[in-house]
Amino acid sequence: MKIDRRCFLSLAVGAGAGIALSPLPWKLTDDLSIWSQNWPWTPVPKRGEAKTVNSVCTLCPGGCGISVRKIDERAVKIEGMKTHPVNQGGICALGLSGLQLLYGPTRVKGPLKRVGERGKGQWMPISWDEAIREVTDKLTGIRKAGRPQSVAWISGAASNTLNQMLDRFSQAYGTPNGMRLPTLEDAYGLSVSLMNGGNARIGFDFEHAGYVLSLGAGLLDGWGSPVRMFKANTLWKTAGVKLVHVEPRLSRTAAKADTWISVNPGTEAALALAMAHVILKESLYKADFVESYTEKLMDGFRNIVLADFAPEAVAKVTGVDAATITMLAREFAKAKRPIAVCGRGQGTLPGSLDLFFATHALNALVGNINQPGGVWLVREELPSWPDVQPDSVAKAGLGYPRLDGIQTPARISLPNRFIQAVASGKDYPVEALLVIESNPLYTLNDTAMVRQAFSKIPFIVSFSSFMDDTAAWSDLILPNPVYLERTDDVVGVSGFPYPTIALSQPIVKPQCNTRPVGDVLLQIAKGLGDSVAAALAWKDFNACLEASLGERFKSLRKSVVWVDKAYKPAAWDEVFAAERFSFLPNGIAADAAFKPVGIPGDAGGFPLILMAYDTMRLSNGYIGNPPFLTKILEDTVLKQTDGLIEINPKTAKSLGFDEGDRAQIETPKGKAFVKVHLDDGILPGVAAMPRGLGHEAYDAYLAGKGINVNNLMASVNDPVSGFEAAWGIRAKLSKA
Amino acid sequence: MKNEHSHQTTKKFGMVINLDLCTGCGSCMVACMAENNVPFKPDETDKLKSITWMRVYRLTNGKPFPETDVCYLPRPCQHCEGHDGHSPCVSVCPATATDYDSLTGIVSQIYTRCFGCRYCMAACPYHARYFNWYDPVWPDGMEKYLNPNVSPRMRGVVEKCSFCYHRYQAAKDRAYVEGQRDIAEEDYQTACTQACPAGAITFGDLNNPDHAVYKLKQDPRAFRLLERLGTNTKVYYISSKDWVRKAGDNYLPDERPKK
Repeated sequence: MKIDRRCFLSLAVGAGAGIALSPLPWKLTDDLSIWSQNWPWTPVPKRGEAKTVNSVCTLCPGGCGISVRKIDERAVKIEGMKTHPVNQGGICALGLSGLQLLYGPTRVKGPLKRVGERGKGQWMPISWDEAIREVTDKLTGIRKAGRPQSVAWISGAASNTLNQMLDRFSQAYGTPNGMRLPTLEDAYGLSVSLMNGGNARIGFDFEHAGYVLSLGAGLLDGWGSPVRMFKANTLWKTAGVKLVHVEPRLSRTAAKADTWISVNPGTEAALALAMAHVILKESLYKADFVESYTEKLMDGFRNIVLADFAPEAVAKVTGVDAATITMLAREFAKAKRPIAVCGRGQGTLPGSLDLFFATHALNALVGNINQPGGVWLVREELPSWPDVQPDSVAKAGLGYPRLDGIQTPARISLPNRFIQAVASGKDYPVEALLVIESNPLYTLNDTAMVRQAFSKIPFIVSFSSFMDDTAAWSDLILPNPVYLERTDDVVGVSGFPYPTIALSQPIVKPQCNTRPVGDVLLQIAKGLGDSVAAALAWKDFNACLEASLGERFKSLRKSVVWVDKAYKPAAWDEVFAAERFSFLPNGIAADAAFKPVGIPGDAGGFPLILMAYDTMRLSNGYIGNPPFLTKILEDTVLKQTDGLIEINPKTAKSLGFDEGDRAQIETPKGKAFVKVHLDDGILPGVAAMPRGLGHEAYDAYLAGKGINVNNLMASVNDPVSGFEAAWGIRAKLSKA
Repeated sequence: MKNEHSHQTTKKFGMVINLDLCTGCGSCMVACMAENNVPFKPDETDKLKSITWMRVYRLTNGKPFPETDVCYLPRPCQHCEGHDGHSPCVSVCPATATDYDSLTGIVSQIYTRCFGCRYCMAACPYHARYFNWYDPVWPDGMEKYLNPNVSPRMRGVVEKCSFCYHRYQAAKDRAYVEGQRDIAEEDYQTACTQACPAGAITFGDLNNPDHAVYKLKQDPRAFRLLERLGTNTKVYYISSKDWVRKAGDNYLPDERPKK
């Protein structure tokens, strides 16, 4: 049959009509709409029995109570524990993201042994027995060779008992090189012991304060116990309590303050001393306290302050005019229940002691020590463990000087100096390093030096739950369960004025093949034998917790937290009976005590000052930022993988930059490519970048995003304490 | 839209957010995402495509250093009532995927009805609606934390804040089982309200004189966003700063807010 045009058309029309009349198009349309509304790949969360389990969050030193909602065995939501006295139901963004850490992709699933080159990410899964044997053999070898001092550990653990256990391990094994990562708590503790005498934790009765002066403390940026501070701020706002914040940058704390005083970076202590100058000159201090309970005011402190810290002179240094300083001093001294507080940003680095001394002196001048609405000295009393009986090897090892230069027995440690000593290789070498709940390769300033130090250590064991920057650079990973899977004790809450002891509870079964560091350490000790095994003879970590918490262990398993809300700090007569408050820290030369720490780098080549800041939306310590937190990060801080550097429009204009321009930031320690963000809320001449970005490790949600500002920072040792005191560095911003 | 259930008590759930107290920490945003199974992508820096039912904006007074001031403003869906439930998004939805509930005052979003035309997004003056450009992907194992009370959304639909409606349903169920007639104020609170560490957010029935929001909304410093559009929103803000209240609507340079 010949197909002509007519035939073709009639066939086509016929076919069309046939198909249209058939159910086919309707069936296909129906199928299509059903298909487009079928999303089998979209997960359907399983239903189940709901219940709530209480615990305590150990992601930061804030010690908040958490209530975790569970559906069968799944934890589905973390909420603030309503009855917890610290956070009263509130919770921060990091605490809320905790389940992303628990179920996250960066967890180390089981013990790993490095097979390729260090840092290349080639690992071999091994069994726990092998992993523990590996560490035990290494440590036994070193100890047998008579060099126990060359084993070191770095711990950022929240658990009091674990840290105590690590100390005990050092004692029994014979190494003086146990490093805890110091924070503002340590700086406060040291200044309290040098000025008040004795050892105590410092607490602030913010809830009853009448006037708050923050000398650079990021009270609403994650300082102390963040949720508690937000609640305190709400109280201040409702009661009309004035908050004055001193900082070069309009941080969230500055934004919420009634008065924001922008000072030149690093001059907060000078401002505090100029205020003391005015208070002393105008006799505004609290005479009954100062005269009866203090010393070295008239003969020491007063002379220094009157001679060197006149408001006019300090105005030049700080950039705050003399009239404002005088006004502030009068306001502070005349206010009811004033309180002064310091500790830069979140206080994750201790900072220079001059600021702590100056702040504490201000508090003493207004007589608020151990007073309602003032600064309290708090102690948590716990049963102590029997003494360690070190054998001869241990005794010999302990005879070595600590690598961080601290005289034993030390209550503080200086990981910054430890790293410098290891990197320089001047003293004895470190042959093995245990890294516990910390990420020193990321969090310490001058990361290039940390890397250099690490490259000299032949055996690095990480106990991290996550494949973080340090774990990725280690030789062996013995993963710890995360905080929702284990039991830990938390003694004291940063800045909280009431004695507090909490016990975190395992909310869910371990999701990975992990073992708590405490248990692993006990097993290693057992393998080491001798005095080590004898000193750490507990069955497991829980037994250890019971030994350090005593009777409380059982009750805390039910109640989670114990707080002595009836606590009243000791009266002046009692505290200062034996030893008066000293305006000049004991044992420190007067001229050295208040000497500011300089900025590294020369102003000629590096005209700007780069400062690192802390924000609630970035976790900047051992815990890497979870995806939710990175998601809520402003696009003025991170844009795709570019970190943004914040400068004043005036600075930008002088350098010829516009919003979003590419630039190179260079400091004496390194350089990085960034984008420029203009913000009026920063002092001209200062550039700011947040801590918490620029990870090399972790997952697609965090790795390679932004710049690690610690790479650009130099490590500066406080001349008095040796604490990491860097708050900024000279920098240069050029077009890229 | 007529109130077809006039024999029942009409509730009008709403929020009062005290901007003097809000510190911009972002807890509300994360609380919302964790409660409502909001997904996340490796890159969330394109804020137009970043799904945040609750978003905290940073407002500035535009003044140069050191007079610069900043205010943080959390923005959930404003649950516009308009005139008789004639809210901007509801009136344009061709699929009846979003509706105004005259019993609660909550603007709903039914994902399986939505076919992704995004008219509602164009109509919403508050950018409170978000489109799922991609399928949600939870890294292996992370789907364990998903909340069974909220269905995860799929590519191609619009989503937004529901005032945690599933919590209202649960509270009603509980009240029914316990034989109560009505639910109490504390029985139904949104995830953001509950989480806010500053206590800046207050949630409740704007019609009920016993609820805290009833009083707070009458505060002389209270205002609503873009009030003059007639959206008649149910989210009130309180600020003691003039410039913040002025930033709440499009005022001319020399014009002043009425309060």
